[in-house]
Amino acid sequence: MIVFHVNGQERRVDANPETPLLWVLRDNLGLNGSKFGCGEGLCGACTVQIDGTPQRSCITPVGDVQGKQVVTIEGIAADHAVKQAWLAQEVSQCGYCQPGQIMSAVALLEKKPAPTDSDIDAAMSGNLCRCGTYGRIRQAIHAASKKNRVKGGSKS
Amino acid sequence: MSKKSGMTRRQFITTSALAGGGLLLACHVPFGNRYASAAADSSFAPNAFLRIGSDESVTVIVNKSEMGQGVYTSLPMLVAEELCCDWEKVTFVPSPVATEYNHAQFGPMMVTGGSTSVRSEWERLSLAGAAAREMLIAAAADEWQADPAACRAEKGVIHGPGGKMLTFGKLAAKAARLTVPKQPKLKSGSKTLLGKPLHRLDSPAKINGTALFSIDVTAPGMLTAVIARPPVFGGKVKNLDASKALAVPGVKQVVAVDAGVAVVADGFWPALKGREQLQIVWNEGEGGTVSTAAMAKEYARLAATPGLVARRDGDASAVLEKSKKRIMAEYELPYLAHATMEPLNCFVDLKKDSCLIRTGSQNQTADRNAAARVAGLKPEQVTLETTFLGGGFGRRACPSSDFVVEAVQVARKTGSPVKVIRTREDDMRAGYYRPMWFDRITACLDGQGLPLAWHHRIVGQSIIAGTPFESGMVKEGIDATSVEGAADTPYAIPNLQVELHSPRNAVPVLWWRSVGHSHTAFVMESFLDELAHTAGKDPYQYRRALLTRYPRHLKVLETAAQKSGWGSPLAKGQGRGIALHESFGSFVAQVAEVSLDAKGQLKVQRVVCVIDCGRIVNPDTVKAQMESGIVFGLSAALYGAITLKNGRVEQGNFHDYPLLRLAAMPLVEVHIIESSEPPGGVGEPGVPPIAPAVANALFAATGVRVRSLPLTPDKLKAALRDKT
Repeated sequence: MIVFHVNGQERRVDANPETPLLWVLRDNLGLNGSKFGCGEGLCGACTVQIDGTPQRSCITPVGDVQGKQVVTIEGIAADHAVKQAWLAQEVSQCGYCQPGQIMSAVALLEKKPAPTDSDIDAAMSGNLCRCGTYGRIRQAIHAASKKNRVKGGSKS
Repeated sequence: MSKKSGMTRRQFITTSALAGGGLLLACHVPFGNRYASAAADSSFAPNAFLRIGSDESVTVIVNKSEMGQGVYTSLPMLVAEELCCDWEKVTFVPSPVATEYNHAQFGPMMVTGGSTSVRSEWERLSLAGAAAREMLIAAAADEWQADPAACRAEKGVIHGPGGKMLTFGKLAAKAARLTVPKQPKLKSGSKTLLGKPLHRLDSPAKINGTALFSIDVTAPGMLTAVIARPPVFGGKVKNLDASKALAVPGVKQVVAVDAGVAVVADGFWPALKGREQLQIVWNEGEGGTVSTAAMAKEYARLAATPGLVARRDGDASAVLEKSKKRIMAEYELPYLAHATMEPLNCFVDLKKDSCLIRTGSQNQTADRNAAARVAGLKPEQVTLETTFLGGGFGRRACPSSDFVVEAVQVARKTGSPVKVIRTREDDMRAGYYRPMWFDRITACLDGQGLPLAWHHRIVGQSIIAGTPFESGMVKEGIDATSVEGAADTPYAIPNLQVELHSPRNAVPVLWWRSVGHSHTAFVMESFLDELAHTAGKDPYQYRRALLTRYPRHLKVLETAAQKSGWGSPLAKGQGRGIALHESFGSFVAQVAEVSLDAKGQLKVQRVVCVIDCGRIVNPDTVKAQMESGIVFGLSAALYGAITLKNGRVEQGNFHDYPLLRLAAMPLVEVHIIESSEPPGGVGEPGVPPIAPAVANALFAATGVRVRSLPLTPDKLKAALRDKT
């Protein structure tokens, strides 16, 4: 039995510990927001956060997340600055890669609230988008960062 | 926000039943009895695209597959503009497969392709909206005993004399009992929605993980299958030992299908682990002998021999024969994979007398009929529900319905609902591909340096031969898609000959975003650039001189030059290239700025894109599709190549079939020409010009002309070395 937290909830899964986390999320837990794209950690469609770090769930054995905190796209609030910026910039096209893109962007902004273009290049280049939404992704990350900082500034 | 997201079919039926008494414009609504009975009268109406609920909801039933191009917004906008409803109340549902939803131009099939969604549906959906508006006005006028001419519709409300008002929802039941006008009148005057950059209705579902793609479909008791496929095209199972696979926990069954051997399990991972344990001896047949290196030689040999003539103006051969200076160039383009982000997959629930398919199809009628054939059912016993498509690019409109057929074959043996999923490697190695091409052009110039004769031979497989489209699209041996963009070039060339060879081989080929234009634009626009430089002319002015009879081409070209600062100085080592191409009823010019470092790494810094696509529904969608086409085309131009050796596809995943990544994304500026011309396509026309624009910019930056794609560092380094 593997015990870990997904989006704040404790989950117990009876699975072969070698099973990639992605397939446990999808096939065992019914969380289909994280997508299968390559199975090799090459495209980022399966990106989730594990203890606050973005990871490719398609190459993460579920045994490795025992006792850890996993956050998926379903665990990011609808009013999160990144999701709101994604809507405002009209990023999505086919939409298949976007959960992974958003998970990488959320993690980037948690680590670097005011990322430079090269920070964005480094953090986001593991996420492929066949529809070519990269320009809008960059704009949306800057917009979310700005909104966060304005909000943060007013609090202090 | 939630009301903006697309409902599932079941939610929709439930809502419909609850919101009984609505206005349904449908002569036959194939959603089942519960839906039909929800309408006061479902037998009178001429179309099946619109439903207005007594709860004020406006539901547009969309007969095009959503694969990124925004049809779940653009098509509802067409209806809503004429209906004069409140856009905030508009939702969409994907249509079922039924004749009412057939393509308005492509014959008796429901299909999404050819950048035709807006073009082909503009009139039909506008009329659907207008008819409903007239009926709502008539209902209100009757209610008030007023003259309909004194009533008007605005934002979901009918306004009558003396300030009277009734909402669409309140009028729906009454309107549903009226006769559908045969010739509804379209609105005159300014547009309230069309031409405005409205937000997409499907975006909320796409960012919160709820958008249902085919791969997300589940059902009670569903099994998952992966298929072991032959290593070469046409290979067959010679010997199978499934005992070890069957011993893998979770594996339920191993079944033979035409595509190979399917391992069926209670999840994807056990199915994959089971597949690894299969012991199969394959009979490779002829497929094991195919190699792209040998094909390239054969194509080059064919290019030296006469082909079928696709275009003949004047006498290019005779003029070239007499010419003192001939310019000859050969171009090579590789096979390309569609590489949709969502690998192909299909859900099937097959029962004795019915079959439910849920998948991301671009070609629903063909896929449904194929499923029926395989299942031994009648087409009407098969229900195909279209999910969101995680990319399409033509791959999910496959005349052989390959990914549906294999899933139904598996389902015939499982007895449970089953989803067949391709791994990335399966998806990339099992075909289909954009064909490999070889082109040879010989030309000579007149006294002003303009082309006097142009002789072009094209060699590559026909994507249409052997499909149901052959009779319509292959004329006298010439597949129109093999020569489009070349045989119909707008450039003024007095002696022009275009010839075609269509060799056949085992590699499966298919349309790939922008179809023939993905090949011909590179060849035409590269060679034209070469001629301009040979003549000592500016490539932009050179094109202008050849397009004097084509104002729309000229306008996008001139705008691209102006917006890009054509002719202004660039930093050392940088170059600017221009290309222009008409496709799918639209005109696109692009200027690329590139630089090349010592390692042969090409960097595309900026792309200025100008499109004239006629009348526009949603300018932000047009812009997004141009951005998308540029990235799609850049992935091919910089990295894309599928090669075969001993019959085996040498690429399998994104490490050896790379796509453009965010760090390599150029700045893209899109400019849209204001136009009242008929609408053109936008899904594909952004792709063709980018490869030649980049190759031409590379020449401007380095003096190196590269005539084969992709523009890999090794190739560019070698070209630089050869130059010095």
